[in-house]
Amino acid sequence: MTNIHSTAAQMSAALAAKEISSVELTQQHLDRISAVDGDVHAFLYVDTEGALAQAKAADELRASGKEISPLTGVPLALKDVLAQKGVPTTCGSKMLEGWRPPYDSTVVTKLKEAGVVILGKTNMDEFAMGSSTENSAYGPTHNPWDLTRIPGGSGGGSAAALAAFEAPLAIGTDTGGSIRQPAAVTGTVGVKPTYGGVSRYGLVAFSSSLDQAGPCARTVLDTALLHEVIAGHDERDSTSINQLVPQVVAAAKKLDVKGMKIGVVKELSGEGYQSGVSQRFQESLDLLVEAGAEIVEVSCPNFEYALAAYYLIAPSEASSNLARFDSMRYGIRIGDDGTVGAEEVMRRTRHLGFGPEVKRRIILGTYALSSGYYDAYYGSAQKVRTLLKQDYERAFEKADVLVSPTCPTTAFKIGEKSDDPLAMYLNDVATIPVNMAGIGGMSLPCGLAPEDGLPVGFQIMSPVMQDDRLYRVGATLEAALLSKWGKPLLANAPELAVR
Amino acid sequence: MAAISRDEVAHLARLSRIEMNDAELDHLASELDLILGAVARVQEVAQGDIPPTSHAIPLHNVFRADVVKPSLTPEESLSGAPATEGPRFKVPQILGEAE
Repeated sequence: MTNIHSTAAQMSAALAAKEISSVELTQQHLDRISAVDGDVHAFLYVDTEGALAQAKAADELRASGKEISPLTGVPLALKDVLAQKGVPTTCGSKMLEGWRPPYDSTVVTKLKEAGVVILGKTNMDEFAMGSSTENSAYGPTHNPWDLTRIPGGSGGGSAAALAAFEAPLAIGTDTGGSIRQPAAVTGTVGVKPTYGGVSRYGLVAFSSSLDQAGPCARTVLDTALLHEVIAGHDERDSTSINQLVPQVVAAAKKLDVKGMKIGVVKELSGEGYQSGVSQRFQESLDLLVEAGAEIVEVSCPNFEYALAAYYLIAPSEASSNLARFDSMRYGIRIGDDGTVGAEEVMRRTRHLGFGPEVKRRIILGTYALSSGYYDAYYGSAQKVRTLLKQDYERAFEKADVLVSPTCPTTAFKIGEKSDDPLAMYLNDVATIPVNMAGIGGMSLPCGLAPEDGLPVGFQIMSPVMQDDRLYRVGATLEAALLSKWGKPLLANAPELAVR
Repeated sequence: MAAISRDEVAHLARLSRIEMNDAELDHLASELDLILGAVARVQEVAQGDIPPTSHAIPLHNVFRADVVKPSLTPEESLSGAPATEGPRFKVPQILGEAE
């Protein structure tokens, strides 16, 4: 019998077999949200009416006999950085409190066309800047594995919604790891597609050359099903790649890695990586070898500079992108008392509208782009970006995919790193190189660290527009782990109190 | 010697149109000093004639057909505005502002 613990693929089958309606399935998830989200706080807005209306329409579409998507009628949680017409979209910021976009992002358009039911908007670090969701202006999200810990970030709300069984599918966005790191620390699956694989139209920009929306779910196959719904060329995004979408669903069903070469990135291991993280990663490599893959070691010597380059490029682009929040055309306006001019109103609004991390990055980016410092900082970072691409090119000559732990540690305590930006930035050390080179990346759960019983993420990286390789390797590893464990990893998560 | 002074941070805040009080400026100056110390590492390898990369996947000459398509109505465009007057955005005084 289908319930909230089922996979999206199982829900799809149950809907097709008329064992359940989308309205019933959607109501089950809305009930679950009411019961547990007071503790988890994955959602910033629950669109009860809208979701039930979409579910009703999905049921009618299924009954009509027209061609439908496998995900028609399956519920989904949407990260609050993507515009959905008429539904509050805050990006986790006070700046956009109360804003209801007059248009749909392309991701939302595609979800609606497929009949996917959007339950609501999920919590995130303000403007997607962070690794813990603590930077949300609306309070942190709590990790369902341990409510005192962070769910990762910036897409902590989407990942927590999956792990808390509030939704079987979610959309995230990943600029330096904001899909993969939350997936890793919540025991869920997340994919950052190749840059340009999914349209950025209607995705509120943080760092335009790095931002990429992607699918999140509890299994590799569910993630693939969602990937095929949202991917594809869009003329409204000039960086959208005009090529066929990689066949990720077929790849997720292949369950065969015989003859594949899997490259372990030497630089993404060792010092700084928690022992249980390294242990589970190693065990996963052994399983891939048993499944017929060949493991090779690759070296990417410039990866040690990736974090530094990222924290120049991303803030620089952010300082430019966030200039649009000027209190003139949308968003909040503060201090317009008739005695001061527009610039003073902007200053007052941005003072109260932005949180500390956003201000820190705007100032850092403004500095890196200043004349006199531009070559030393932003210019140097762009050169490092070239070196990172070259590292990947060389590594992919030796291996079909590259792998590493997704992040150095398991979920840390809420508040533990909030006063230390540099320590916080280190969470993304293994995920950032992927964004810098524009390639595809996946995180899937590979066990619990023995020392703390918390989920560990296994990261797979694929060359540009070869995202299908992520799913081929990921699904094979997932199947091997499942047969070893006898049950999904999330079955080990503590029961949440139902209120 | 600090990489960035409190006065420089104040200047950057002015450029960024963000009002900051003294406590914020002090805090941010010390934090940025640490962060800049860490990110300056890029200079160790970014030597010589390495070409810069601005976009990982460069696309050139992306055009679309020059045809009129449905768009937002004036009402929709103004729907999120903090203040409007008729079919216009209403903004604070922009000329002759005292600095």
